[in-house]
Amino acid sequence: MKNAVGREIPKEALAVELKNGRKYEPYHGKGYRDGKYIKKAGPTSRIYQKPQESKLLPSIRDAIIATGLKDGMTVSFHHHFRDGDYIVNMVMKEIVDLGIKDITIAASSLGSAHDPIADYIEQGIVTGIQTSGIRGRMGDVVSHGKLKTPAILRSHGGRVRAIEEGDVHIDVAFIGAPTSDEYGNARAVGGKSDCGVLGYPVVDSEYADKVVVITDTLVPYPNFPPSIHGINVDYVVKVDEIGNPKKIASAAARMTQNPRDLMMAENTAKVMAATPWFKDGFSFQTGAGGPSLAVNRFLEPLMDEKGIKMAWAIGGITGPICELQRKGKVGKIIDVQDFDVAAIEDIRTNPNHFEMTASEYANPANKGAFVNKLDFVVLAALEVDIDFNVNVITGSDGVLRGAPGGHPDTAEGAKCCVIVTPLTRGRMATICEHVVTVTTPGDCVDVVVTDYGTAVNPARKDIIEALDKAGIKHVPIKELQEKAYSLVGKPDDLQWKDKVVAILEARDGTILDVVREIKPYEN
Amino acid sequence: MELKAVGTAGTLESSDVMITLEPRDSGGIDLTLESSVLNQYGRQIKAEVLASLERLGVKNAKVIVNDHGALDCTIKARVECAFYRGCGCDMDGRFDWGGVIR
Repeated sequence: MKNAVGREIPKEALAVELKNGRKYEPYHGKGYRDGKYIKKAGPTSRIYQKPQESKLLPSIRDAIIATGLKDGMTVSFHHHFRDGDYIVNMVMKEIVDLGIKDITIAASSLGSAHDPIADYIEQGIVTGIQTSGIRGRMGDVVSHGKLKTPAILRSHGGRVRAIEEGDVHIDVAFIGAPTSDEYGNARAVGGKSDCGVLGYPVVDSEYADKVVVITDTLVPYPNFPPSIHGINVDYVVKVDEIGNPKKIASAAARMTQNPRDLMMAENTAKVMAATPWFKDGFSFQTGAGGPSLAVNRFLEPLMDEKGIKMAWAIGGITGPICELQRKGKVGKIIDVQDFDVAAIEDIRTNPNHFEMTASEYANPANKGAFVNKLDFVVLAALEVDIDFNVNVITGSDGVLRGAPGGHPDTAEGAKCCVIVTPLTRGRMATICEHVVTVTTPGDCVDVVVTDYGTAVNPARKDIIEALDKAGIKHVPIKELQEKAYSLVGKPDDLQWKDKVVAILEARDGTILDVVREIKPYEN
Repeated sequence: MELKAVGTAGTLESSDVMITLEPRDSGGIDLTLESSVLNQYGRQIKAEVLASLERLGVKNAKVIVNDHGALDCTIKARVECAFYRGCGCDMDGRFDWGGVIR
């Protein structure tokens, strides 16, 4: 069956069983589930009526045993420690050593820090993966068909929806926390592995049957105000190190000096300034990649020129937006994740820099997340096709190596979604006829800015009109794609086997696309 | 001009290709291809290298192509350079740069 972005969704993908019995549907277009209802799936939670002095257990192993984790269960993790995370590998090693098998990992994201999980997949111990990001060896073994069930890849908002709706049920959540007290009140600031905010695992703490907080810095009770509330936590474990602080937060993200990136960033800022939403009190999110980040720099003079200020900025937060706020040009920063040391430092000291949960940020099934009020989002892409579909998950070899993250959530929510990307990367045509995998549907993408020109989605007549009025040149996206192919040649189609190795969920839980097992290139 | 020794040209940098030509008496062209864009461009890279070798009159050689996303123009230039080096040409202007391959 073909879905609304023209992708063939095979029966075997539609037949994948969700925990709550909900049946998968193909993607129907943006806003499809608006106005419908969900019954939230609550956890089975133990009563702790008799007072206990402490929830501390001596080791992760003891905690796993105490939770009653068994074969076939689902465990969850968060990705605030990014490439510096030790929690996933530490916990999974103990689970494997205890002989527990047939485990599904449902993480907010996974990265190259988690290469050892690839072995557990190959050994058949980990049989399910539900995540936003999948990279490194894990991406490789999944793409080669080694995971027993198709991986389910979701946006950050889509994950919260899936947990709340009961598509996935978390038996045990393992939540790494920079600081915690003996009752599991956990915070992101302080400690040895400060990650600024803990917005992603809040839903895990509320919907998992058992919740274990793992920290390397125990602090006196009560550790307030907490991100993870002790009332949702069963056990607390103190370990030596929860992560490598150097890899948790990169040093202050450096502004790109690449003239191509700077030109694209400047053109992006000009596009934004030409639209009707660029007025006093506007809201904004941008990514941490080179050209996206550089947009901050070019936005400031345009704001000054018009005498306007930004009311709020959201997202993965980096230093440059905090700096803009210090200059009095941004009202509030609402933060779901910190990407650099500057952002982490800022939330500690700045009263107008707030933490939010993944649900508040991007969940399509709550009563209105921040993305729904967003004016502009500037995003990157691996590929964009002539129907404005974006791929951020599969590389040019068809192997999984990325993450939808908040891309589909912000793209659907924002009034104006701008993708900024070079026309080609090496021999890869970024603007192509058909993306390898659709991760953000074209009906949510409004403008594409490249180093060879800007294209506007023909569905957005209002933006076309605004750019024409401002004298900003734009071309049909087909022209950009033809230019790209004239430089690098037309790529051959990738060769796939039949097996579906991953399902790309749209944020509303319909199926946007599938990834099949890659067929090795035949010389 | 004839390929007499091993000729190499190019680097392992991104957007470049390293070509190694090794002469042999018979057996035609034996091409080994590695590329960062193998799945989407492997066929085209192979065709480009073989066409270049044909224009240069190379009939028998072991050819190693280590590509990191080079464009066709780069591939042509590197094949040509590797060939001339393998022919023992020195810098006395005896070779026709850009003349044989168009």
